[in-house]
Parts: sequence; structure tokens; C-alpha cells
Amino acid sequence: MLSLARLRSGQTAQITQLRSDPDLSRRLEALGLKVGQLVRVIRRAPLSGPIQVRVGTTDIILRRRDADAIHLQLPDHLATAIA
Amino acid sequence: MATSSAHPTLPPVKPASGRRRVALLGMPNTGKSTFFNRLTGAQAKVGNWPGITIDLLTARLILGDEVVEFVDLPGIYDLHGYSDDEKVVRRFLTTQPVDLVVIILNSVQIEQQLPLALQLQQLGLNRLLLLNMQDEADKLGIRVDIDKLSSALQCPVSQMAAKKGLGVDQAGRLIAQRAAVGNRLPTNADFEQLQPITLEAVQAIIGTSVDIPSVASHRLTERLDRVLLHPVLGLPLFLLILYLMFEAVYLLGSPVQDGLDQLQSGFKDNYLVPALAHTPEWVSGFLLGGLWDGVMTVATFVPIIVIFFWFIAIIEDTGYFSRVAYLMDNFMARLGLDGRSFVMVMMGFGCNVPALMGTRVMRSRGARLLSMLIIPFSLCSARLQVFVFLIALLFTKQHAGAVLFSLYVMGVLAAMLTALIFKGQYRNNEPFVLELPPYRLPTLRMLLLRAWHEVRHFLKRASTFIVLGVVAVWLMTHLPWGVAVAGDQSLAGLVGNVLQPIFAPLGIDAKLTIALIFGFIAKEIVIGSLAVIYGLGDGAANSAIGNQLAHSIDWVQAYSFMLFTLIYTPCLSTLATMKSESKSARFVWVSVIWSVSLAWLVSFIFYQTARALGY
Repeated sequence: MLSLARLRSGQTAQITQLRSDPDLSRRLEALGLKVGQLVRVIRRAPLSGPIQVRVGTTDIILRRRDADAIHLQLPDHLATAIA
Repeated sequence: MATSSAHPTLPPVKPASGRRRVALLGMPNTGKSTFFNRLTGAQAKVGNWPGITIDLLTARLILGDEVVEFVDLPGIYDLHGYSDDEKVVRRFLTTQPVDLVVIILNSVQIEQQLPLALQLQQLGLNRLLLLNMQDEADKLGIRVDIDKLSSALQCPVSQMAAKKGLGVDQAGRLIAQRAAVGNRLPTNADFEQLQPITLEAVQAIIGTSVDIPSVASHRLTERLDRVLLHPVLGLPLFLLILYLMFEAVYLLGSPVQDGLDQLQSGFKDNYLVPALAHTPEWVSGFLLGGLWDGVMTVATFVPIIVIFFWFIAIIEDTGYFSRVAYLMDNFMARLGLDGRSFVMVMMGFGCNVPALMGTRVMRSRGARLLSMLIIPFSLCSARLQVFVFLIALLFTKQHAGAVLFSLYVMGVLAAMLTALIFKGQYRNNEPFVLELPPYRLPTLRMLLLRAWHEVRHFLKRASTFIVLGVVAVWLMTHLPWGVAVAGDQSLAGLVGNVLQPIFAPLGIDAKLTIALIFGFIAKEIVIGSLAVIYGLGDGAANSAIGNQLAHSIDWVQAYSFMLFTLIYTPCLSTLATMKSESKSARFVWVSVIWSVSLAWLVSFIFYQTARALGY
């Protein structure tokens, strides 16, 4: 299963599931990280530091441990759909 | 005329004597506080950092022909959440009668923020939606169809750019109209029963009323971030920015301070001394050598503090703080904290009190307590005054900046060490998720507000703590009457000598000990005390005080004294805030005992090592 923590810089994928506790899930959703949304990794800090992601027009920083709870699917079919 | 209804209904609430009440609500970083300031001219603190609006700020304003009370609620992401701020907002909405809730959204992030507006719609309160940052949305090509959005949300909608003041007047007029038809009732909604807002519901509204270009990018922000968040250069750049800031504060502030100092001593010599020439010696001694020298010496530091706060405000308002959180998170994680704690420590460079209150954004109690334990080590502006004062006397101009910077570093190191030692006690499993706002330019108006805020803050402290402290020091150095001023026989000398076994190994003599004791109340008193102790009320200008001080201690003693001042308990206000935020007297005691012990230990190690090395 692909998680946001493992997505490479510059890659985009679609959120399929939030597996965090309800409180964190609500916060992620309030920031725009919801099931169905496309999320892109902007940069990853060195030494397993936090990652910066973009969803819509919002940029968010989060730890890899927390990003691990966000499951994704790679957009091979999405890419064709958009193109 | 209303007709009587057959149904038993609630009696209509009469517009009782008194004011309309309007609550401002929105997510962090939406410019809510900026709007509040624009509209009311009040001194609310504005920051580009999630959750900075802490206390409920209120202001009264005449709108139309009524007095309207505005309440600035804390920024929240969600009405459901469990953070302190979210609880505060729920409590407020269920207990306080409100005529109108003004929801402020960031137009650029309308898609992410709309759910909050939809949640409020379910509460059935009288509402008004303001879309802020219209200017930024325009740049990104985001267009909102106000009429369609308004009918979809069943409430009036208006656009503005609060920071530039665009659309603020119109928003004010709309608020007045809508507040006039408010029912002044708290909501009786059960927040647990609110329907979840689905992505489809949001997208249905966005799809019909908002046009968002598919590639919306903040090009300038991206370019800046590429440099400032660079994996290798990011941290060194951050340290460089800090270092330059402290150098600039010193370079810009010192001449202004010298000028003020000459003004005040000139005023004293030319007007006050002759005016008091015929009063008994103790009266003029008390008024000039005690009160005037003490308070004025502190007052001359106000320009430095204002300049310092400008820099902090620029860093804060531009959005760089969130970048610092990103850069420092990895390191802070090893100390049991997260990037936000480091930002709180930086906010503490201004004043520790708001930084302590800023920890409310953390949900985990462990993380909060650990952050509150380390914040008091950050070198606040009051301590900055003491250091600028002493550094100017005992170090050369070339070394001054580096010495000051070394003290900031020592403060941060003390904070890190404390976190390392206590992280086992205060466990933190809090997630770290933070919005990264685009860079924004601070406005002149905000900087002026900030300067005024600092001057007012000083005047308040000067009229209470500082005067009291300075008077107490003067009395202690002059009583019993007739002894040598600040000599061994004076009260100050007696107390100082009793404590010498503790402070002598740090190179801190009896007189400096008195300054430290009163510095426990507030650090500004340390300078006031030094001025009183070494000025000795002979009408001497501050340069003479300086000479006297410079002759009685050397730089090693001064640095040891500064280390102690830096690390021990900052002031009573900080302790009071710690108590009210932690609700634990034990925690406050832990903090006091730990910081005083650490201060002693660090000063001891420094002083003894320096002496052993022959300095």
C-alpha cells in the first residue's frame, strides 16, 4: 500500500484512505487532505524530517509518521483521464 | 405588527438595552485579526502563525446608529475538534448571546475552508461570510461568483483584502445591517450531532460558484522556499538571518538610545537638579538618584525594544515562522518536541508570556508542559535591555554583536538541555501537521501598531513594577540612614553579604546580588537597580554610572552575571502565566527550582573555567 510518507518529491497521487485517529483525521480533512483529493509532494526534509505537500492551493507540512496514515493510489489511470 | 401565534413559542427576545454582539470566526491565517484591527483600531496582536489569537479580544465600535461589540474568536479548523481553542469557540457559541457570526475565509483556500462555513450553517445562527485576501486570489486567477455563493450558503457574502483595507468599510456596513436583525441567542445545537460535511457537498458549491485555475501557484513563494527551505542551506540561512537581525537591532538602536540618554540627563541637570536644589538632600537624592535615574535608564531602552519587535513582527507576519518549524522539526523531535515548540521559543525572544500562551495550540499535555518548561530560557526583550546595557559598558563595539548573539545561543542551548532532561517526564505523541502559508509582506500600519503596543506595554510596566522595584532598591541601598550608600552596612549590603557564599563563586558581588534578587520581579528592574546602585544620586550622567560599574567588575564577572540573568526565572508575569496555563503549582515550582539551579551551575562553570584559564 502506498502512503503519503513514501511518495517522492514532485509526484502526485489520490488519497484513498485516512487511517489516523479520528481527531487527527478531522484536522487533516480541515486542511484539505480528504479522501478523493489529489495531493502532491513538494519537498522532503533531509534525515527523515517532515514533508511539504500541496492539496488544492494549500501547502501543508507534516511528519512522515503522520503522513504514513494517509493512503494513496498512483494516478496511472488518473493521468490518462486528465490528459 | 406581529400577530399572536397559536403555537406556544419562545418569546421574542427584545433588543434589550445595550449592545449588539458580533463574533468573528475563521481558520488560522485567514486575516481575522487583521480585519478586527482594521475595523476597530484595537491593539489585537496579528501573526502569520496558526493559533496566535489567544485571548478573546473584544472591542466596541459604533456601526450605523448602534454600539456593536466585536469578539475575535480563536482561529479554528473545525467545530468538532478537541483542541483548547476549539473548545473555547464551542463554549462561546453555546453560552454567549450573539447577534451575528461573521465567518472569515481565505479566498485562496476557499475549497478547504468552506466546510467550516457549512458547519456553521447547520447551527442556524445569523451569519455573514467575508472572503478575505481577495487580492491574492485575484493574482492566482481565483474568481468567486458572490451571488451564487450567497444563495448556496443562504447568507450574505462579501469580498475584501483586509490587510490593504479594501472592502473593509463595505464589510462594516453589511455587519451593521445584519447585526441589527440578530436575535441575540446562543445556539442550542448539539455539536456532536452536526452532519459531516462531504467532499461532494463542498465540490457542488465550489463547482457552481468558484472558478479555480488548475495550476494555481505562488511563484514568488515557491522561489523563496526553494532557497529558504533548501535541504542543506536552509538551517544556516536561518541562523544567518537571526544573527543579522541582532546586529541590526544593535546598530540601529544604540545611537537612538545614546541620544535619548543625553536628552534625559540634560533635562535632569538643567531643570530637575536646580528645581530640587532647595529640598533636603534625601528628597532630591530619592527623586533624582532613585526614581529618575532608575526609570529613565530603563526608558532609554524603549527604542531598541521597538526596533527589535519590528524585526520579530516582520519574520512573524511574512510567514517565515512556519518555515522555521519545518526546518527545526526533525531536530526538535529528538528532544521530544516538534517544530512549533521551537517557534514558541523564538516568539519568546519578544516576551515569554504570549509564547507560553501560544502553546495552547498543542493538544498533548506532555508536549505543552515540556514547551512551557523551555520557553522561559529564551532571551526576552527585557533581558535584552540588561545585556545591551552591560555589553556596551564592558565590551568593545566590534565584539558587542557576537557577545549578544552568544547569549541567544546559550539561551537556546539551555532550552534544549532542559528538553532532553525532562522529555521522559512529559511524553509527547502529538502529530505534527501544520499549514504553510504563502509569504506575505507586512504592512506599515501593522508595524506602527506593534511599536505603539510596545511603548504602551513599557509605560504600564514602568508605572508599576519598575517604579516599585527601583524605589525598593534605593531604600535598601540608603537605609539605615547615614551608612555608606550601598556599603556593607546598608540593608542591601547586609542581604548581599549573607548570600555571598552562594554568589561569590560566580564572581557576582553583593551589589549585583541585590540587582538579581529584584530582577526576579522583572528584568527591567535589574538595569534600574544597577543605575541606582552605581549612580548613587550625585546627578551624574549615565556615562559616570557606566565608568563606576566598569571599574568595579570585569568582563568575566559581567558575562557570568549575564548568564545567570539569562537562565534564572524571567519574571513574575511569566510565573503567573505558567500557573494559569498549566494549572499546576508543582509544575511552576519545578520550573523555578530547575532554572535557578541551572543558572547557578552554568555561571559557576563559566566563571571558574574563565578564571582558571587566566582571564
